[in-house]
Amino acid sequence: MGMTMTQKILAAHAGLDSVEPGQLIEADLDMVLGNDITAPVAIREFEKIGITDVFDKAKIALVPDHFTPNKDIKAAEQSRLLRTFAAEKEIEHYFEVGQMGIEHALLPEKGLVVSGDVVIGADSHTCTYGALGAFSTGIGSTDMAAGMATGRAWFKVPSALRFELTGKPGQWVMGKDIILHIIGLVGVDGALYQSMEFSGSGIAYLSMDDRFSMANMAIEAGAKNGIFPVDDQTLAYVKEHSTKPYRVYEADADAHYEQSYTIDLSTIRPTVSFPHLPDNTRSIDEVGNVRIDQVVIGSCTNGRIEDLRMAAGILKGRKTAKHVRLIVFPATQAIYLQAVREGIAEILVEAGAAFSTPTCGPCLGGHMGILAEGERAVATTNRNFVGRMGHPKSEVYLASPAVAAASAVTGRISDPALLEGKE
Amino acid sequence: MQAKGRVFKYGNNVDTDVIIPARYLNTSDADELALHCMEDLDADFVKNVRPGDIMVAGKNFGCGSSREHAPMALKAAGISVVIAETFARIFFRNAINIGLPILECGEAAHDIEADDTVEVDLGAGTITNLTKKRTYQAQPFPPFMQDIIEADGLINHIRANLR
Repeated sequence: MGMTMTQKILAAHAGLDSVEPGQLIEADLDMVLGNDITAPVAIREFEKIGITDVFDKAKIALVPDHFTPNKDIKAAEQSRLLRTFAAEKEIEHYFEVGQMGIEHALLPEKGLVVSGDVVIGADSHTCTYGALGAFSTGIGSTDMAAGMATGRAWFKVPSALRFELTGKPGQWVMGKDIILHIIGLVGVDGALYQSMEFSGSGIAYLSMDDRFSMANMAIEAGAKNGIFPVDDQTLAYVKEHSTKPYRVYEADADAHYEQSYTIDLSTIRPTVSFPHLPDNTRSIDEVGNVRIDQVVIGSCTNGRIEDLRMAAGILKGRKTAKHVRLIVFPATQAIYLQAVREGIAEILVEAGAAFSTPTCGPCLGGHMGILAEGERAVATTNRNFVGRMGHPKSEVYLASPAVAAASAVTGRISDPALLEGKE
Repeated sequence: MQAKGRVFKYGNNVDTDVIIPARYLNTSDADELALHCMEDLDADFVKNVRPGDIMVAGKNFGCGSSREHAPMALKAAGISVVIAETFARIFFRNAINIGLPILECGEAAHDIEADDTVEVDLGAGTITNLTKKRTYQAQPFPPFMQDIIEADGLINHIRANLR
């Protein structure tokens, strides 16, 4: 039986000619990632193992991004634990405030992940790097500790769902809309333990930033990973950002998929996930009248330069509605600087946005944009669970940067096409 | 391993944000986390839970964030075993890695109700509902995972193998 892309990457990293779904394997790791929430637990577990050194100082990334710049004394203590560990173990890829960014935007940008890699990260959105044709998946702190010690991790080889993307998305449809649509289709556990393998001619119309935001949300369908085939765009990205050797894997023609879905991108409308699950999706035409208090544009899902360009394009010459707080947080320092240089920062601030330093803060209700009881936010983030962004009785509506920017102007969830008065 | 306790019952898609909200993740002290366990879903959970109690839920338990603080908080709050129809995969790994027993069993997840008293034999995968006098059979773990559980978690497993 043929293998999927994911299965091929796992086989190669386990030193096997082939693998089958359900098989337990041990794979070599190309990168192990942790942040200021998960790494402190991992460091404590690592120290219990009783060895001095990590398996490879160049294959560990520590990114204090969640509660940084430190939100309180306890958060500061956790960040210090990372900093001290990174210095003691001479970890090469530690990113201090000022250099850091949201981990899943930062690692590809810094060239630390390339096509064909196997990456684990103690953060569920580690699946983002599937956009590069890598196998990457979220794990917990103990798995991270074990990975730092041994350079290996055990996996159950996943079966797969195939998403054949055809057609060209409309002007206001972004990767975010496509992945929300797909999550709405399969459900929050629709891809549980499986890989989501994207394919088809429609991928050519998706930028790398679109693909990052789609692979990023594979976890919201319960998937182990989401993965894109490697094409010219991928290779151009990898070569621009990295000097690491990469490897291109392709699914076999006779690879087995548990189920295949064909999705015509030209039919997808801007899509919004209503509270309190990402699969509770509605097209923008079915949203109705939802008045909002806050708009958040950013995160590991949608804090990249194209996201900010889209928002600025809509907000240029316009003002945020009086009752709306608009918070924009570029995902990395490089994206921040580019937004300044392109004039995006100026447009957004003139529109009334708070333009923030990179942080995961508001997405998980950590800091920098917490909601009060009964408040509603439109967010380009990835989860709308109960209490995710603040009070347990607050509400988060997930959407693309285009819908978020349009909603900031009108003060209710809005179709960017109607705001622009054109299709 | 045997466990016996009273049941706390929840529905589908219990996510790690409600098991332990991120606003408390500025610490990784399990006992401190346990003080806020489940509070956004069931404000009385911490007040009512007793050591050895059992949590039963529907599909996709532990979905969302990879925070190991979630199984840590449940364990420190006194939960002896979680039974669900299915578990989200990161939670599944984390629970095994930190030694929080879990069992997947759709029949038990449907049939068991809040406040039932349930007994679990983890090795055999048998779940006995003492209140309803019914027994359910869960899938036993594959040998690879049993090794990790027998070593009392992944870190001990690795320590043993590094020696």
